[in-house]
Amino acid sequence: MKIAIPVNDKSMEAGVCDSFGRTPYYLIYDTESKESIFLDNSAVASQGGAGIKAAQTVVDNKVNALLTPRCGENAAEVIRAANIQLYKTINDSIKDNIDALNEGKLSFLVDIHPGFHGHGGK
Amino acid sequence: MKIAVLSGKGGTGKTLLSVNLAASATESVYIDCDVEEPNGHLFFKPVDIQSEGISIKVPFVDESLCNGCRKCIDFCKFNALAYIINKLKVFNEVCHSCGGCVLFCPEKALSEREIIIGEVQSGVSENVTVLTGILQTGEKSGVPIIKRILQDTHQDKLTFIDCPPGSACIVMDSIKDADYCIMVAEPTLFGVHNLNMVYELVKLFNKPHGVVLNKCIDGENPSEKFCLEKNIKIIGKIPFDHELGTLNSKALILVRENNKYRDMFSTLLQIVTKEVQV
Repeated sequence: MKIAIPVNDKSMEAGVCDSFGRTPYYLIYDTESKESIFLDNSAVASQGGAGIKAAQTVVDNKVNALLTPRCGENAAEVIRAANIQLYKTINDSIKDNIDALNEGKLSFLVDIHPGFHGHGGK
Repeated sequence: MKIAVLSGKGGTGKTLLSVNLAASATESVYIDCDVEEPNGHLFFKPVDIQSEGISIKVPFVDESLCNGCRKCIDFCKFNALAYIINKLKVFNEVCHSCGGCVLFCPEKALSEREIIIGEVQSGVSENVTVLTGILQTGEKSGVPIIKRILQDTHQDKLTFIDCPPGSACIVMDSIKDADYCIMVAEPTLFGVHNLNMVYELVKLFNKPHGVVLNKCIDGENPSEKFCLEKNIKIIGKIPFDHELGTLNSKALILVRENNKYRDMFSTLLQIVTKEVQV
């Protein structure tokens, strides 16, 4: 299974980023081949609609699942339309979350927020 | 002459002030730009209401023509479009109606469609022409309504613009063409914070401005102190007054109920008019 996780740096030791749309990088990880690729998030400096653009990147990389602490409604709409499973991360460790996914211990992300739209969101 | 009344938060007295100033004038126009929760009409109870729907243009895709080239997606600075499983998806509420995607589409798969987002109502209440902007619940931006409602205001008529609270885009559009800005402030530290927000805005727009201190009580007034420190002109004070509050809570216009208030707001109107002409 191919998964995507928003991360703070281009390293497997990096933390999971709190923001999906404005994360600096994405980890694209293959749970079978254990292959990892880090992508720059071109949406990070968007004037608006960062979540939509970020979700487009995830969709274009043909992942099966997105693991993220949270997700805005527009991004979630794109992710869902592409039939990508949306999981909620358990902590900020990439490894812990991949392990939890492999063990079937991650739950679906259901609390979709309405977006911050320039009004912060720490 | 256009006078905008603004404040950093709701409930400071923008409507109280703009409604009563408008009602004090011989003839005037009152424009409610607080399109998310317009309430000036509750006081004026205007008659002969005419309504005009306000629409915005959003792209509409003909799926049989779209070949997924993504030129529209690459163009859109607001990321209002996405291409998912061979289908173009438009996020209407993110779209800023620039029409660029339609121009760029090589397949002519995109066209513009109008969607209604609200309305402008106009009516009359004695000496006041009342215009009310109303944004439909769930719509993201009232800016198109503000632009429309301020479009054909007559320059010669004394006009009061009741702004939305805060200092965001919607307020900028409300004060853009104003000749003078009145900031309403409460006598608290929080009031100072909110006053500072709109003060920064009117300075940025280089608008002549003054402050009306509302809900004044005996003792220290942090907002008054702020004005003195920053050398901002205080053009009036409204007391924290039980009778005033009671009338206002019944959606009555003070100057039409009581001579005491008529005198108070007439004096204020004279000061404002003089300030604008300076």
